Amino acid sequence: MRFLLVEDNAQLAAAVLDRLSLDGHVVDLAGNLGMAEEFISTTDYDLILLDIMLPDGDGRDFLNAQRAQGRDTPVIVLTARSEVSDRVGALDMGADDYIPKPFDFAELEARCRAVLRRRTGTATNVKRFGSVAFDPLAGTLTKGDTVIALRNRELRLLEVFFAAPGQIIPKPKLVDRLFSYDEDVSENAIEVYVGRLRKHLDGSDVAIVTVRGLGYRLQVP
Amino acid sequence: MTARAAPLSIRRRLTLQLLTGAAVMALVLFLIVYGFARQIGVESQDRILAAAATSILDATTVQSGEVRVDIPYSAFTMLDNAVDDRVFYRITQDGIGLTGYDDLPAARQDAGSGAAFDTVSYRGEALRVATLSRRVSVGGTPARIAVTVGQTQDTQAEMLARILRMTMLIGLGFFAASALLAVLAGRSTAASLRRLAGSVSRRGPADLRPVVAEVPQEMQPLVRSLNSLIARLSGALNRTEDFIAEAAHRVRTPLATVRAHADNTLRRVDKEENRAALREMIRAIDESSRAAGQLLDHAMVSLRADQMELTPVRLRPLVLELVDRLRPVAELKDMDLHFEATGDPEIMGDAILIQNAVRNILDNAIKYAPSESPVDVRLVVSGDRARLTVRDRGRGFPPTGSEGLTGRFARGDNAADIVGSGLGLTIADEVARAHHGQLSIANNEGGPGACVQLSFPLR
Repeated sequence: MRFLLVEDNAQLAAAVLDRLSLDGHVVDLAGNLGMAEEFISTTDYDLILLDIMLPDGDGRDFLNAQRAQGRDTPVIVLTARSEVSDRVGALDMGADDYIPKPFDFAELEARCRAVLRRRTGTATNVKRFGSVAFDPLAGTLTKGDTVIALRNRELRLLEVFFAAPGQIIPKPKLVDRLFSYDEDVSENAIEVYVGRLRKHLDGSDVAIVTVRGLGYRLQVP
Repeated sequence: MTARAAPLSIRRRLTLQLLTGAAVMALVLFLIVYGFARQIGVESQDRILAAAATSILDATTVQSGEVRVDIPYSAFTMLDNAVDDRVFYRITQDGIGLTGYDDLPAARQDAGSGAAFDTVSYRGEALRVATLSRRVSVGGTPARIAVTVGQTQDTQAEMLARILRMTMLIGLGFFAASALLAVLAGRSTAASLRRLAGSVSRRGPADLRPVVAEVPQEMQPLVRSLNSLIARLSGALNRTEDFIAEAAHRVRTPLATVRAHADNTLRRVDKEENRAALREMIRAIDESSRAAGQLLDHAMVSLRADQMELTPVRLRPLVLELVDRLRPVAELKDMDLHFEATGDPEIMGDAILIQNAVRNILDNAIKYAPSESPVDVRLVVSGDRARLTVRDRGRGFPPTGSEGLTGRFARGDNAADIVGSGLGLTIADEVARAHHGQLSIANNEGGPGACVQLSFPLR
């Protein structure tokens, strides 16, 4: 997916950019509203991540102007201000959602997914392996004629596997992707979710295999 | 406790001063009128006495060397008006009595030719006498004929007594009228002060516009300093709000950077020791950012609650929006948020504060409950209150009791493994109180999990 990140803090911007790229997204970075305007006029984005306090103005005014011009690219506002004073303003100005800094990337991802699901509805990046189609936006796994609705953790786990088919993924990494850092979970907890995915994939030509002592691997035809 | 003197009352003091002034004025008025009346009384008696003496003297003739006195009747009719007064007279020739009361003393006469008057004591009574004299020639020798007419002062005393009564009445009337005016003046002065106080205290707590009450000129300086105080206060409040927002920005942006980098690094690092360290780091960042965020939120909530502007708030859409907003967070743990509402209760309050309170309660439920467990949010109207209940299937509040958990930085002793600031329930409790509502926390009856209830009086 193509993101536009409007953020004036270079370090934070670099970190977010790094993460989104890791997840396979294409990201353009605008350090101020002027640059953001230029990017928007030349490129179509799936989603805009917008900071509020920018050197050349208030992100909410920019948002308001965008909506007034009829541009309806989904926008998630990143706010570092107190939520007590800010939240209403951003949503009233036409933002689809907002997330306070500092944020958990898992939450940002979840919010992006929710916004995109609400706004576009249709899947543009369905991944297919053999007889299986995975739509991360809708959260569905299609196996032949059966459509399976995935729960959130199943979805995220499948996303990790589908992003790197054939690669061995160690258990600890899966734990970190699935659970928040203050959840005290053992590595065995991952087995429950892998077990569920295996059940969903049962009867297809795609399988999650255990590599003893190392982790799991998605086996595709 | 020591007794404190009652504060000085402008109204009482002004009234007292005006009353004292009125009393002095009434007394002076009384003395002047009474003295003047007395003088007029004496003067009119003197004139009559002089007229009587003159008519007697005029009727005194010298015939063939003899002084003849033919007292005219009119001389006494003049003095006759007073019923009880007695009249005395004496006519002398060179000091030797010719006729009348021999022992009647004459008024001491000066060299002049006019009548002389005196008040003398005669036969045990005060007598006003007038003496008039003229020179005549009796058989070629000059002689001085003197006529003295006296009159008791009973009528005059009676008249004076009447005048005294009258003047006293006038004085008292004057005093009463002035006293009434004094009280009214005191009251109207106090009223303009009260109007000013009213226009200040009637306004809403967030109303920091200058005071424009109609006040007398003398009170303008007070209004001016009041307005400058209000201006400074509102400036200070705005600065505090800006400061909190700015502080949040300054703290959160670098924390966000560190967290994002740590998160990314965790994705790349394979060695388990390093991963554990990074996880600890992220946990610590979460802890400090949550504490910073909640502290600033708490400061903002306290600030807003102090100057709360009440508007009608519909709870159903408010809670629904929050539930929708937190759904992605709950889904990360495969949790379901169920929202159920009967009716659409409307309360008077500050929507942002209420959102904050509800969000904190929902945050807690999602945080403390296990994966794949449901959170039930119910909004009902019962009696004259709207009740919002949030139930989770988590660990609940510690068995040692949930009292004190609404205190600042208080955390249950069973919550050490979960990142939290100990301010969430404090904020919710503060918001509930500011709305005359209530926050109650308990464990679910007959099952695991916490049950947190917010109740607000209906509009």
